[in-house]
Amino acid sequence: MRLNAGIPEGPIADKWTAYRSAAKLVNPNNKRKLDIIVVGTGLAGASAAATLGQLGYNVKVFCYQDTPRRAHSIAAQGGINAAKNYPNDGDSVYRLFYDTIKGGDYRSREANVYRLAEVSNQIIDLCVAQGVPFAREYGGLLTNRSFGGAQVSRTFYARGQTGQQLLLGAYSALSRQIDAGNVTLYNRRDVLDMVVVEGKARGIIARNLVTGAIERFAAHAVVLATGGYGNVFFLSTNAMGSNVSPAWSAYKKGALFGNPSFTQIHPTCIPVHGEFQSKLTLMSESLRNDGRIWVPAYKKDVDRLRSKEVKPSDIPDSDRDYYLERRYPAFGNLVPRDVASRAAKERCDAGYGVSSTGFAVFLDFADAIKRKGQGTIDALYGNLFQMYEQIVADSPYETPMMIYPAVHYTMGGLWVDYELMTTVPGLYAIGECNFSDHGANRLGASALMQGLADGYFILPATISNYLAAEIHTPRFDPDSSEFTLAAEKVRERLVRLKNTGGKQSVDHYHRQLGRLMWENCGMARSQPGLEEALERLPLLREEFHANVRIPGSLDEYNPELEKAWRVADFLELGELMVRDALQRRESCGGHFREEYQTPDGEALRNDEDFTFVGAWEYKGKSCAAELHREDLNFEVVKPSQRSYK
Amino acid sequence: MNYTLKIWRQKSAKERGEMVSYQVSGISAEISFFEMLDILNQQLIAEGGDPVAFDHDCREGICGTCSLYINGRPHGPVRGVTTCQLHMRSFSDGEVIHIEPWRSKAFPVVRDLVVDRSALDLIIQAGGYVSVNSGGIPDANTIPVPKHHADTAFDAAACIGCGACVAACPNAAAMLFVSAKVSHLSLLPQGKAEAVKRVQKMVARMDELGFGNCSNTYACEVECPKLISVTNIARMNREFLSAKLFSEKEKIVRDSI
Repeated sequence: MRLNAGIPEGPIADKWTAYRSAAKLVNPNNKRKLDIIVVGTGLAGASAAATLGQLGYNVKVFCYQDTPRRAHSIAAQGGINAAKNYPNDGDSVYRLFYDTIKGGDYRSREANVYRLAEVSNQIIDLCVAQGVPFAREYGGLLTNRSFGGAQVSRTFYARGQTGQQLLLGAYSALSRQIDAGNVTLYNRRDVLDMVVVEGKARGIIARNLVTGAIERFAAHAVVLATGGYGNVFFLSTNAMGSNVSPAWSAYKKGALFGNPSFTQIHPTCIPVHGEFQSKLTLMSESLRNDGRIWVPAYKKDVDRLRSKEVKPSDIPDSDRDYYLERRYPAFGNLVPRDVASRAAKERCDAGYGVSSTGFAVFLDFADAIKRKGQGTIDALYGNLFQMYEQIVADSPYETPMMIYPAVHYTMGGLWVDYELMTTVPGLYAIGECNFSDHGANRLGASALMQGLADGYFILPATISNYLAAEIHTPRFDPDSSEFTLAAEKVRERLVRLKNTGGKQSVDHYHRQLGRLMWENCGMARSQPGLEEALERLPLLREEFHANVRIPGSLDEYNPELEKAWRVADFLELGELMVRDALQRRESCGGHFREEYQTPDGEALRNDEDFTFVGAWEYKGKSCAAELHREDLNFEVVKPSQRSYK
Repeated sequence: MNYTLKIWRQKSAKERGEMVSYQVSGISAEISFFEMLDILNQQLIAEGGDPVAFDHDCREGICGTCSLYINGRPHGPVRGVTTCQLHMRSFSDGEVIHIEPWRSKAFPVVRDLVVDRSALDLIIQAGGYVSVNSGGIPDANTIPVPKHHADTAFDAAACIGCGACVAACPNAAAMLFVSAKVSHLSLLPQGKAEAVKRVQKMVARMDELGFGNCSNTYACEVECPKLISVTNIARMNREFLSAKLFSEKEKIVRDSI
């Protein structure tokens, strides 16, 4: 299969304009006759469904939550980037583009990233018009802050709840379209399969989570906005219900999966405390603007800290190792996420970790409080400090926070072309669900930007180019044989899962999968570790299918059954991630192969052999997936070794 | 630590429910309330029983999914937190903990501790938005908003839509929820253009859906995990009254003076 990204000709700054001028349109009378299914109601899904509804299409939107407002975009804390240059500190569309390409360690597509930077400003305008209460200056205009890895202040924020406010904005736009009758909402639905008719995506099979009914929905196009798959690690900052299943079913129906091994480990999360832990909580990266990260410089202090013989404040400055400031003097505590995470792991692996488990470093605000005053720090981070105190019963005003990296975001996802269409015609993937814009590492405050760019501006413009040829296609009958067959297959799989009749709970296997992925395909990967995972994963999968126990029945509200379906898919996805990590014999961004590092421990890219997107095609069995390459051409930015020193 | 849990079990909306007792032991003070329920459910699955259904998702206090009525209080004994941010250190060893779903006519039980809060969505659909399309929007900085207004609007916009206010209210009123949205939008210049219609439509929808009336007990504010203030209710009442007294045209003229 030859992958064609369909990037428009012309200079990079003109591509998007040129594309839009040439794209086919659908006239308003015909839009009403076209049905579009949107799966997921996070920033990408809600904004897409609202905008498609506003354009006059007939939209059906699905979410597993009880209401669209709860999608996990809501938990994003820090902010959203845009190239407004309001602070007049030298920002521009080009710089945002350049920083994103570089931050992604030269593994993303230039044309997509430039377009993202280009539409970033429109997002801010629209959100403000919707009433999103961004932070403001006393003069009444919007204020910005700098955010991990950026030397300009381009991040717009709403206290530490930017994701919430943006999602509520998109949810309000969606609610308006629901009220107008342009969008129909299907909540508490798990989307379990895609229906492909004569090579085109024509609908979905969903399970009504309240009644257990298997439902069929037909449409002229299907848009997946189902987020990331970080929960393959069991412990992550994702919501409990976040899952890969709709994307995975698309993969099995012919959509390629791009760069599955590219996962982001966020440096500032609350450390793991015990074996019953169910999830990890992120502490916004914005904290690194004022917090200083350190561990003791001497082992003797490590032991005294762990045994609580001394307090962190008892360690004098000269006996502390501010390792990010030491290793990266130019960026210090503001290095990109992958660099900060690996540096924390390096110190903890070397035995300098500070909590009782040994897997934590300090994030210290004492200097910032002295310099700016407690009031200022409180205004900037008050809600985050409260959240931290609520979880660990310790006040960051008095004693440094303890943090450790945790799985946070997945850059990999369904492969899409410039139009955000997967390799299945009529099937689109937007937001975190696709692989497209962040390369091997995502910069802070760029996920919100991408989700909304895709949903409000890009997809609504590209989907008409496909639908223009569909205006003569009558509405599909969800009782046709293709739908019936797909629904039967879903039911069979559910029955098989339910009737396994084993002894262990779903969580039992999910935890094992998570541990295996974290140890062998997490922050640092090696050939022996990945090969070991490839041996163990099929065994774990077999054991799951032989010995899982699912209480209750199919035809009722049954959360264990929901989990089982999701974990069964994660068990397959894990193997694909490992295969992808194994084939990529280089280190780039969040993908760190121990064999490929510079003498001072930095990621060593291999541009000659690996400047490509690894896109995997399903071939019936997990072990038979076939790798295709989309070569990346850097015409504008010349790849160089990332340096934050 | 050990606890006796008395939990509301109800198979579906149609069947009758009852309180059932369970024991959990060896619980660490550091784990969250939901992790304690996870342990109970693992125990129940191992015994061949039916795990307890409860709503939860982000487990970091922001999505608003969780909805437990613990010892007679929405989200339990700690002020200003959601159930998912509650930790077992807030309970003493040997304590009997009563766990029930939100109780309100507008929130029918789905199963056990899970309720249907779609009514809150329907209220937002009636008018909880600014009617703007995604094209032709002027630059964000063409609309200056005094910082004080932006901050107050934010305080109201922080509502997570969990419904604790309804569960706390003796009348099962949704006034705090609705007023938070009305306040958020009416405090901002962007929301002014349709403020009159918005408050009328949202209040009418709220009444239709079977929520009760406000009798100023302020239980909602006390139990709100995001500490949304009852001053929002006063602001909504004023908006509502002035919408009744003045036609939209008059109000726009009055506001501009």
